[in-house]
Amino acid sequence: MTDVAVIGASMTDFGQREEWVVELLSQAGMECLEDAGVEPHEIDHLYTSNMASGEFEGQTGIMNAVAHDLGALPAYTQRVDQTSSSGGAGIYAAWQSVASGASDMTLLVGGEKMTHRTTGEATDVIASITHPVEYKHGVTLPSFAGLTARLYLDKYDAPRESLARVAVKNHENGVDNPHAQFQKEITMETALESPIVADPLRLYDFCPITDGSAALMFCPVEVAEEYTDEYVRIAGVGGATDTHVVHERADPTTMGGVVESGEQAYEMSGYGPDDIDVAELHDMFTILEFLQSEGLGFFEEGHAWEAVEEGITERDGELPINTSGGLKSKGHPLGASGVAQGVEIYEQLMGEAGPRQVEADVGLCCNVGGFGNCVITTIVEASS
Amino acid sequence: MKGTRYADGSISYPGHPVGPDGSAPVDEVDLTEYTATVVTWTTSMSAPPGVREPNTLAIVEFDVDGEPVRALGQATTDEIEIGDEVRPVHVDELREPGAGIREPDSQEWDGYRFEPAE
Repeated sequence: MTDVAVIGASMTDFGQREEWVVELLSQAGMECLEDAGVEPHEIDHLYTSNMASGEFEGQTGIMNAVAHDLGALPAYTQRVDQTSSSGGAGIYAAWQSVASGASDMTLLVGGEKMTHRTTGEATDVIASITHPVEYKHGVTLPSFAGLTARLYLDKYDAPRESLARVAVKNHENGVDNPHAQFQKEITMETALESPIVADPLRLYDFCPITDGSAALMFCPVEVAEEYTDEYVRIAGVGGATDTHVVHERADPTTMGGVVESGEQAYEMSGYGPDDIDVAELHDMFTILEFLQSEGLGFFEEGHAWEAVEEGITERDGELPINTSGGLKSKGHPLGASGVAQGVEIYEQLMGEAGPRQVEADVGLCCNVGGFGNCVITTIVEASS
Repeated sequence: MKGTRYADGSISYPGHPVGPDGSAPVDEVDLTEYTATVVTWTTSMSAPPGVREPNTLAIVEFDVDGEPVRALGQATTDEIEIGDEVRPVHVDELREPGAGIREPDSQEWDGYRFEPAE
């Protein structure tokens, strides 16, 4: 199996953008080509991570459009849809393409255009992933979060404030991310007194609706050294699927896809939870940061809230989580989010994270689709 | 509200072509003949098109002769707590068909809400 490197990364500003999805994707793709020093005609494979351009915008076939706009013809191209984990699934597909020997240069671009829709419409597009017995009751992803948060707080006797602390931490990190949708700090009071969205969760427990795009360039390690002296290496990647019907899971506070994908990534990489220096987790809802950090073995079940209260996951803590600001502050353009997690880990391991920089040789991303329905975990290491 | 029993004795709601261990469906169970216990609940204040607002939802667990079966559905009240006993009550239309993105003819729209059993 070929050793896979990442030699370039980029992302657009996240937020409310005027551009439509293909233009957003092309912007990140062009910037990534420039960052990597790769010419468009050198691309063998081009993957486009996106959940719902047809539903949001009425634009399908976007992988073809992006390949044309980037001048990457006749590269093999494919759209990757795994709902909110489309970006992570794109990392998996890009890694496979290079590791298998099928491609010597793979560009991954992920993006979504959402903000032209009302909150209700966007919520419904995302909720359309649910089973008919869930959909007819008006179940949404935020309501899954409310159901799970109530159970977690009750089961582990965790204080409501611990969830607000996740929001405060990630907003603080987002201040130093020039691409983040929200670059402002919030207080505990702001989080705890914001409007209820899905009891016991409030507005600041949720990520915003976002437009944006991000990109990564993959190639074999021996090819990487022809382009640059510094790159990062994909040490491990794992993907797993949990039940479609969320209530059929034995324990709603355990995300089986996170556990399984994490175990796969740890096994492939040879690293364990104690080896991870920095992590980007899918904090679409604050409660998800708890569930993932427990499922990945950073903390024991029912104890993630204590780690947050103790400051362990802050930027200057023992295990910084979501130095980018996370989905919570940076924003969540569905198909872009998993790729943008990879961009943050790339920048951290390359020493390019500016004021967000932490000391890190090994980083982890965990990208969650649905409410843990599909999960991709990726472990990345510095080349030197 | 039909649960599906599989050859290994497990029951799921909704049913699937195979059970958790790959065994085949062998029987149906009418869950409306049972009461259930609230596992957790929430009240959603930001509902998508065609959904009542606020929308209180609960995950409940039925005990079908010792076999646990979970379901998620709307509740008739937000005056519920974890551990409360509830029973299913039929509603002709849980959500306005066609108001949201899903094709109205692709699924049924009637179903059961959960109300306190007391």
